[in-house]
Amino acid sequence: MSVSAFLTDPTLCIGCKACEVACKEWNGLPQDGLEWTGFSYDNTRQLGASTWRHVLFLEQARPLGTQIAGGEDPFRWVFLSDVCKHCENAGCLEACPTGAIVRTEFESVFVQHDVCNGCGYCVVSCPFGVIDKRVEDGRAFKCTFCYDRQKAGLVPACAKTCPTQSIKFGTIEEMESRAQERVTELRARGYSDAHVYDARGTSVGRSHALFILLGEPEAYNFPPAPDVPTVHLRSAWTAATVAAAVGFLIVCAAFLL
Amino acid sequence: MTEQPNPSREARLEAIREEAARTGRAAGAGVVPANGPMPAATGAGTDGGYYNLPLLKAPVWTWEVPLYFFIGGVAGASEAIALAARISTRAAALERAALWIAVIGALVCPLLLIADLGRPGRFLNMLRVFKWRSPMSVGAWTLVKFSGVAIVAVVANEALHAGIAPGLMGVVTWVAEIGGAVLGLLLLSYTAVLLGVTAVPVWSQNRRLLPGHFVASSIGSASSMLELLGFLVPATQIVGLAASVWETIVGISIEVRGRAVDDSLRRGRSGWAARIGGTLAGPLALGLRIFESSSAEGREFAAVCFVAGALTSRYAWLWAGRASAGNARALFDLQRGR
Repeated sequence: MSVSAFLTDPTLCIGCKACEVACKEWNGLPQDGLEWTGFSYDNTRQLGASTWRHVLFLEQARPLGTQIAGGEDPFRWVFLSDVCKHCENAGCLEACPTGAIVRTEFESVFVQHDVCNGCGYCVVSCPFGVIDKRVEDGRAFKCTFCYDRQKAGLVPACAKTCPTQSIKFGTIEEMESRAQERVTELRARGYSDAHVYDARGTSVGRSHALFILLGEPEAYNFPPAPDVPTVHLRSAWTAATVAAAVGFLIVCAAFLL
Repeated sequence: MTEQPNPSREARLEAIREEAARTGRAAGAGVVPANGPMPAATGAGTDGGYYNLPLLKAPVWTWEVPLYFFIGGVAGASEAIALAARISTRAAALERAALWIAVIGALVCPLLLIADLGRPGRFLNMLRVFKWRSPMSVGAWTLVKFSGVAIVAVVANEALHAGIAPGLMGVVTWVAEIGGAVLGLLLLSYTAVLLGVTAVPVWSQNRRLLPGHFVASSIGSASSMLELLGFLVPATQIVGLAASVWETIVGISIEVRGRAVDDSLRRGRSGWAARIGGTLAGPLALGLRIFESSSAEGREFAAVCFVAGALTSRYAWLWAGRASAGNARALFDLQRGR
């Protein structure tokens, strides 16, 4: 089985939200409610239990590449389709007590909904704030990486639908090299702040959803230095063991004095 | 009746037109051009994250979970106190009461946990696998085993008091109480690890503080409950003093360190709850124990304060986690080392 990945490129995205629509339709996801945020054109706001692709609408007081927009008062509008990162060391998968969240043969992270019991521990264990509990259902949901489609040799619905190839899909090696090539190309064309958002240097490890970003990750609500929470297991359990032992010794001393 | 032209209002309209023509926007009188044609680009950009929307998802746990943390802690600590009483061989009545507190708590806890699940009928899915890397899995298994052992301990101890098969029941009581104490200490401390090993900044950044806090809070609460049942013995006073001293240290260290990540423990609803809980279980209970040590009422009042403070603190930590998960800017500062 090939190890697959997404590469999402904001310089090609036109903000049409075809990926959001395709994802909802293919996966049969409930609507989020027709509410206007009132502060931007982004009325989806964030990824959630029923939103597995989310197109961000960034408004920044900066020029876009070498384009002239706004003259001395530069302005750029950047769109980026966010998605579950399918981490190599996934916080949700590590946290899941039931074994509902598993690693597939495509190395994606998949929630088995006949096993999930809605404990909610994955929700607080995702360093990217992706997975969430669907209140009316009680279980946790997130992007499946279109496991059903990949099994049938098809590309995920969002990548299939994207009209500008802003969402690319292929083997992880191909996506990683294409991301680097694209950044080099963009920089040559004046997009000086283009870079690949990559968690490989962190405890989260290799990501199966790569992104090209313009500017710092904070503006996209991406953590600049994510950690998989289980890196803290040792220090937390050590503190707990010491505390419990000292506590019990004090109780024993109180009764023996 | 026709409107008379108002020169000042007409002049204002002229001014708005001029401002729009000159600067490209009309921003007077607090008007925010929401819903376009082009929304104000506030929030998006360099330092504010994405429109100040939360990066992390807030904990979805409801009121049952902090109550479970508290009752599970009391039950676990009671089992440890029962073993200490048994080792001392001179507090049989207290040991018996502690075992009953433990078993009642051990039977209430699963109900609270099940009630909190999104799919309560699937509690048994917790027991499909054991994952030591998941504190939730470790906790679920600990609770189930603890409940069983607590029942065995209380039954064996009651049989011992009734004089039924004293030889066998003595051995069973010892084994069950040792097992119960080990599992009980795990039960009262794993919840601290559960919070510490998450992506929520205020929890994970307090992963070394939380276990001591929960251990002191649980043991102090169990001891206080025994005092309220009439066991105003020196041992419960010593345990109560030690627990309140530690709770005071925890409260002071949160205040003195003054870290930005602990903001939700000092501000807003969660901050109030944390401070009230910390004061009740810490300095207030400590003062009562020191200055009213000779009066039964003083000690009972200290016990009530400690239990109320411990329970309040558990809710404070959940609320603080919710506030912390919603604060993307603090997360960026933390990860950038600012």
